[in-house]
Amino acid sequence: MYRSPGVTIKPQRLPVLSIALVSATALAYEVLLMRLYSIIQWHHFAYMMISLALLGFGASGALLTILQRPLLQRFAASYIINIALFGISTVACFLLAQRLPFNAEEVLWDPRQYLWLTGTYLLLAVPFFFAANAIGLALTHYRLRLARIYAADLLGAGLGSICILLLLFFVLPMQALMLLGLTAIAAAFLASRELQYPWRTTVVWLALATACLLVIPAEWRTLEMSPYKGLAQTLRVKDTRIISELSSPLGLLSVVESPAIPLRHAPGLSLNARTEPPAQLGVFTDGDGLSVITRYNGDRQTLAYMDQLTSALPYHMHAINRVLILGAGGGSDVLQALYQDATTIDAVELNPQFARLVSNDHADFAGHLYQAPGVSLHTGEARSFTASSAGDYDLIQVSLLDAFSASASGQYSLSENHLYTTEALGEMLQKLAPGGMLSITRWVKLPPRDTLKLFATAVTALRDSGAQHPERQLVLIRGWQTSTLLVNNEPFTEEQIERLKTFTAARSFDAAYHPGIGEKEGNYYNRLRNDWFHDAAVALLGDDPGAFLDQYKFNLHPASDDQPYFFHFFRWQTLPEILRLHNQGGATLAEAGYLVLVATLVQAIMASLILILLPIWLYQRYINPARYTTSRARLIGYFLLLGLAFLFIEIAFIQKLLLFLHHPLYAIAVVLSSFLVFSGLGSAWFGQTAADNRGRLIIMAISGIVIIGMTYLFMLGPLLQQFTAAPDGVRILVSVIVIAPLAFCMGIPFPSGLAQLADFAPGLIPWAWAINGCASVISAIVATLLAIHFGFTLVIAIALVMYALSLWMFPVPCEE
Amino acid sequence: MPHRYSLSWLLAALLPLAATPVLGDDYTQARQHLLSEIERDAQDTSLYLDREALDPRVMAVIGRVPRHEFVPANQRSNAYRNRPLPIGHGQTISQPYIVALMTDLIEPQPDHRVLEIGTGSGYQAAVLAELTGQVYSIEIIEELGEQASKRLARLGYDNVSVRLGDGYYGWEEHAPFDTIVVTAAASHVPPPLVAQLKPGGRMVIPVGSRFLTQQLVLIEKQQDGQLITRQLLPVRFVPLTGGHD
Repeated sequence: MYRSPGVTIKPQRLPVLSIALVSATALAYEVLLMRLYSIIQWHHFAYMMISLALLGFGASGALLTILQRPLLQRFAASYIINIALFGISTVACFLLAQRLPFNAEEVLWDPRQYLWLTGTYLLLAVPFFFAANAIGLALTHYRLRLARIYAADLLGAGLGSICILLLLFFVLPMQALMLLGLTAIAAAFLASRELQYPWRTTVVWLALATACLLVIPAEWRTLEMSPYKGLAQTLRVKDTRIISELSSPLGLLSVVESPAIPLRHAPGLSLNARTEPPAQLGVFTDGDGLSVITRYNGDRQTLAYMDQLTSALPYHMHAINRVLILGAGGGSDVLQALYQDATTIDAVELNPQFARLVSNDHADFAGHLYQAPGVSLHTGEARSFTASSAGDYDLIQVSLLDAFSASASGQYSLSENHLYTTEALGEMLQKLAPGGMLSITRWVKLPPRDTLKLFATAVTALRDSGAQHPERQLVLIRGWQTSTLLVNNEPFTEEQIERLKTFTAARSFDAAYHPGIGEKEGNYYNRLRNDWFHDAAVALLGDDPGAFLDQYKFNLHPASDDQPYFFHFFRWQTLPEILRLHNQGGATLAEAGYLVLVATLVQAIMASLILILLPIWLYQRYINPARYTTSRARLIGYFLLLGLAFLFIEIAFIQKLLLFLHHPLYAIAVVLSSFLVFSGLGSAWFGQTAADNRGRLIIMAISGIVIIGMTYLFMLGPLLQQFTAAPDGVRILVSVIVIAPLAFCMGIPFPSGLAQLADFAPGLIPWAWAINGCASVISAIVATLLAIHFGFTLVIAIALVMYALSLWMFPVPCEE
Repeated sequence: MPHRYSLSWLLAALLPLAATPVLGDDYTQARQHLLSEIERDAQDTSLYLDREALDPRVMAVIGRVPRHEFVPANQRSNAYRNRPLPIGHGQTISQPYIVALMTDLIEPQPDHRVLEIGTGSGYQAAVLAELTGQVYSIEIIEELGEQASKRLARLGYDNVSVRLGDGYYGWEEHAPFDTIVVTAAASHVPPPLVAQLKPGGRMVIPVGSRFLTQQLVLIEKQQDGQLITRQLLPVRFVPLTGGHD
């Protein structure tokens, strides 16, 4: 329809700008979808839906293989139309998909949920399909100069990764969606200019496409949050309303006021408490995980309820002056410290917008908490702040920020957490004054999981720090709802243990462990059939903790910085038992996040095989049995290995540099953009080299990847250590310098393989594109699974092996 | 094939799906099947819950209360499945097994006065109304409360009083209560509810998400006012391999 009869189109130059813009928009869209689905659904399902949707890239390879001749005959029109459709579908498909009534918790009983889930996959795959069509068409059409196209693709993606993170600080996710739709249409316009397509046709059709987006009624452009998320539930209460929203890549913060029926958030409050919390504003992150800003008018008595929480224990053990609070959120733990007469309080909050809510937007309500004498607010990552602080704290408190229901159903099992690792606890212990305590409060879950894993982590951290008698440095108490673990950097005194007993008895809490605890001492106020908390603590401190860990039906092995999956409790051997019990409520034992990840992998592999590779194979076998001069096994092997290995390294480096860059967003932005930009440069450089040098070049590139990668495996830690205290700019620069040579080399193998195909089997280029697309999806899932079980170091090692193997699979001409 | 044929073929294929598993108004068979499922689940969990089986009075009531009246029309075919169901407003009607278990745990007696926080569809209130003297129920979501109130009245549960509003302060005029059932999500047990529980009384709280009950908390107020909680898993699951109940 874009093609005017009689018009001859002769592209004068490569459409690199439009390719870069499409690629930037597609990557930005992927990041944005993750944000949008984390808000309307839950994080782990968002991950599954978007992983599957990315198979749209692979499906595009199938289409291009089958329809490449007619599409290439009308290249300019096909290219522009695909970009325009990408723009329209980014908005339209999300708006449709979010209206599908998928409810993750009903999957157990209601087969229709699978239908909604499949519908979501298919709808979300459409935009990626069109974007990939445009790029794939360009790669095939300009096959003799494809390295430059691929370089533009990578450079654009690098740009997109930074732009979307910046954009999400300034606009709400739904506004960002509209902007991406319009950007893609702008890319279509740019493409038409690059390809010198007739003005009038272009303007008419693209104006129509733009109008399609702009006429969408405002009520359709609102987020349809699951009615079962905390925010949606709270808003059902009379007169409750959202009074402000702040959005960033770290989450959508919704501040909720409930004047008629107060929120009264005080998890873990003793049953003996006689006072209720004062007025509060609720702050939901992505519609869940309630944190509160509590009204404080300077009257300490209004905070009396804070002495009735398990987390108040450390203040009763000895005088506490200097406190470090990690994860300050709405400031509840800061208020508790003020109530308990702490004189110096350092409060660390990762999300600057959250800090702003308390210190600025609602400062009057919060009683100017963060401006109170002795209180200092620090915006940044907790580990980094701890490492760079002067230390000497009497108490380091790690706040309870996650919601019970999310934690209990295993939604965090895919989330890395660098606060609950052995190394993190070890660093915190070093920052304590003599006799200082680390305090961590967790939800009480049955059967116990995180409380015990934390206990096991503390035991390991103490042993690693050289403690001879860790059993004398730990106490654990529990109520019916929360538990609090104290880790002392010196043995607890008998007097302190007496104080603990007084504290727990007055509040109907139980001691699960303290030095010298008797077998029958706990389990009085909060009775369990078996005191698993006590039994596990004793076993973990005993002679053979390994035997206990092996016998426990959940994974309680301490998390480490290399395997930072604290919330991964799932064990395969427990699954059959849980499945048998699912009718009685056993499903909550299943730790859904991990199973969702496995289900995602299975679906991605099946979908790759059935929807993409099978049609291509059938087409080439029966419909167009063209003779190609390369082995298909080599072709599949080469592009599969590259697709897997590239993302393995990228994902592992994000994790490896996360602590170094002191912020997850810096890590994602710096690592992603550096890899994409320098790979793009590598690809562009490859495009300049002569074809007869290709063999030598690929050997050099892959040798480079393996040698640099091996060096980093051993040297990266010590190297980064030299710069941990350096300013942000220096650390970012160091990261870029570290990534640059590796990424540059990683940009060469893919265009090399395509260039080989262009020489002697150009019809297979879309096939390579499809395989690479599928491999990229599978790669992200497999990398996470490998990291959960074996750590990120192994992920890098495997990636290097795959790169080495790819050299052996490099496509060369042969007789079929 | 002409469109009208394909349409009628589609309708013929889909209608039986909509009609199963319950035909007409006769839910007796489905209810019996549900009861035997609950009995089996309870038996599996019996040792774990310190009871051989659920109280026969509770089971009889579960078999009597018309659950299909408490679910939306589009969920009636599922009314007697042992699963939680959505009832609109982001709320659910609990799994019958969990309702039976919670009711059993509070040991209801005909002379008991019960307070329920979170009326929802009114199903739990109806079950309690059949076993106790008077049920006072508070619902925070207006539409739900109004619907439940009308429904309970229509079904003849005249010993249930429903009030709209905040459940945090209980229902002072009718306190103290022999039993309190807290089905609404709360970050802690409100002190006024503890105060309104009679010495010797019991309070039960399901903990988890809207669809999945993770654990049950039973709070017993001793004669001297001391509070003891029992935390129970609704399933027979021992976390240690080879562990014993």
